[in-house]
Amino acid sequence: MNMTATKIDVETATPAVAAAPVVTMTPRRPPRAETYARMARETAARVIPPLVVLALLTLVWELVCRRAGSTLPPPSKVFKDTKELILDPFFDHGGIDKGLFWHLSASLQRVAFGYSISAVAGIALGVLVGQSVWAMRGLDPLFQVLRTIPPLAWLPLSLAAFRDGQPSAIFVIFITSIWPIIINTAVGIRNIPQDYRNVAAVVQLNPLEFFAKIMIPAAAPYIFTGLRIGIGLSWLAIVAAEMLIGGVGIGFFIWDAWNSSHISEIILALFYVGIVGFVLDRLIAGLGRIVTRGTAQN
Amino acid sequence: MTAYLKLDHIDKTFTRGNATTEVLKDINLSIEKGEYVSIIGHSGCGKSTLLNIIAGLTRATTGGVLLENREVNSPGPDRAVVFQNHSLLPWLTVYENVKLGVDKVFAKTETRAEREAWVMHNLNLVQMAHAKDKRPSEISGGMKQRVGIARALAMEPKVLLLDEPFGALDALTRAHLQDSVMALHQKLGNTILMITHDVDEAVLLSDRIVMMTNGPSARIGEVLDVPLARPRKRLELATNAAYLKCRQRVLEFLYERHRFVEAA
Repeated sequence: MNMTATKIDVETATPAVAAAPVVTMTPRRPPRAETYARMARETAARVIPPLVVLALLTLVWELVCRRAGSTLPPPSKVFKDTKELILDPFFDHGGIDKGLFWHLSASLQRVAFGYSISAVAGIALGVLVGQSVWAMRGLDPLFQVLRTIPPLAWLPLSLAAFRDGQPSAIFVIFITSIWPIIINTAVGIRNIPQDYRNVAAVVQLNPLEFFAKIMIPAAAPYIFTGLRIGIGLSWLAIVAAEMLIGGVGIGFFIWDAWNSSHISEIILALFYVGIVGFVLDRLIAGLGRIVTRGTAQN
Repeated sequence: MTAYLKLDHIDKTFTRGNATTEVLKDINLSIEKGEYVSIIGHSGCGKSTLLNIIAGLTRATTGGVLLENREVNSPGPDRAVVFQNHSLLPWLTVYENVKLGVDKVFAKTETRAEREAWVMHNLNLVQMAHAKDKRPSEISGGMKQRVGIARALAMEPKVLLLDEPFGALDALTRAHLQDSVMALHQKLGNTILMITHDVDEAVLLSDRIVMMTNGPSARIGEVLDVPLARPRKRLELATNAAYLKCRQRVLEFLYERHRFVEAA
């Protein structure tokens, strides 16, 4: 106990002593080469550890799966089997015999469509629930029950309703990703400080101006949390939904590969699914950071 | 006699379930045009509630507020408020924060260029034009409050309501800002109603000081005229007999006759 206390004392005292003379000096701009070297060091510190871990994992995988009688292919075999798919993602032999780019883009289109609808509807419903006590009392229990229904459980129902794979898949995306958007938006709206409402009242903003100038910017950090969870869920749901509806799409590509026992292709597809999911998440996070620049800092 | 701003028999009770608390009781006050009036009282005496009633953010239970002989009971730019915690919108720049009010108030009467010039004029009044493109998180507490004052002034309010405007600032910044507000009052001749709990601030700035008794059921205990000529100088007043006497009166009211029991 005593030891720790002494240590903290020393640590807090030292910078104060060291900082004092620095204040009086004019800060010297570090030479350009030095800046680049520092940037390179920082990048390396971020990039090298995951690469090392990846290399080690691949090595372990190779060692485990290369024995005779192994059920899964080692990375070397995966690469050999899927070389054509990796090198030429753009081929199109008609039907579902297409390059991975086309499968991924078909899936992304469905996600873009379903997710856009759910973003708009989710924010609108979230605003309603956040703003009106009665809407919350009426709708919130419903939301809490509906949001626990697994995405695929909606698929048979939507197939029955739409009688077509494409709208059904889009509906599944929509219904999966809307709940976190609604709930987070509602929390954001409910948390708008009374001060901002007072300002709006004194300035006499009308409801539309209040929505655009106060509500959306004030709730933006919450809304983007919901949007980010939503995009992750959409991507989870689309792969599963496509396995069942068939046609072009990364989900059905995986299912088709399984039916033809192309295990290597499944592994490659999983790799792509992971990368795309990661990029989507970063995209929404980045967008959120740009939009909420002002709000989050307060 | 008709006053510029008149508080007419204002009562305010809060009801929660079966419990009712009477916060304000029979508040009567008349304020003349161009007057600077402070309301002082211990915390919890309902002075902020009173300001909210005048601003229209809270409704009085009975009684009402008359501005130029017209009843006002909803918020509006004719009674602009400078909030204690500045309440600038963090996602807007300093300029945009002031412009928000200007655009609403002068939407029909002035052109876009005139409105922009008016925003800059008001930022100049509080010496904040240099930071017009900064966001609230990038400027100091005193600067934020200056922008808050500019935002309120820019709406050309009939009455400027200040809700403990300097409460959250350090002593030096506070003195500096008090001088600024005094200068603005001198220059523009606004009618100002200020809530405060600082005796020196009240005496230095006000023409009249309204002293409130402790809640619940707070009333106006006493109204003190401050017979000091303007412009007032902080340093000269420190030894001024009239200033000291006013200060003494307020202190006696607050600490002898209406001591804040809960604080003891």
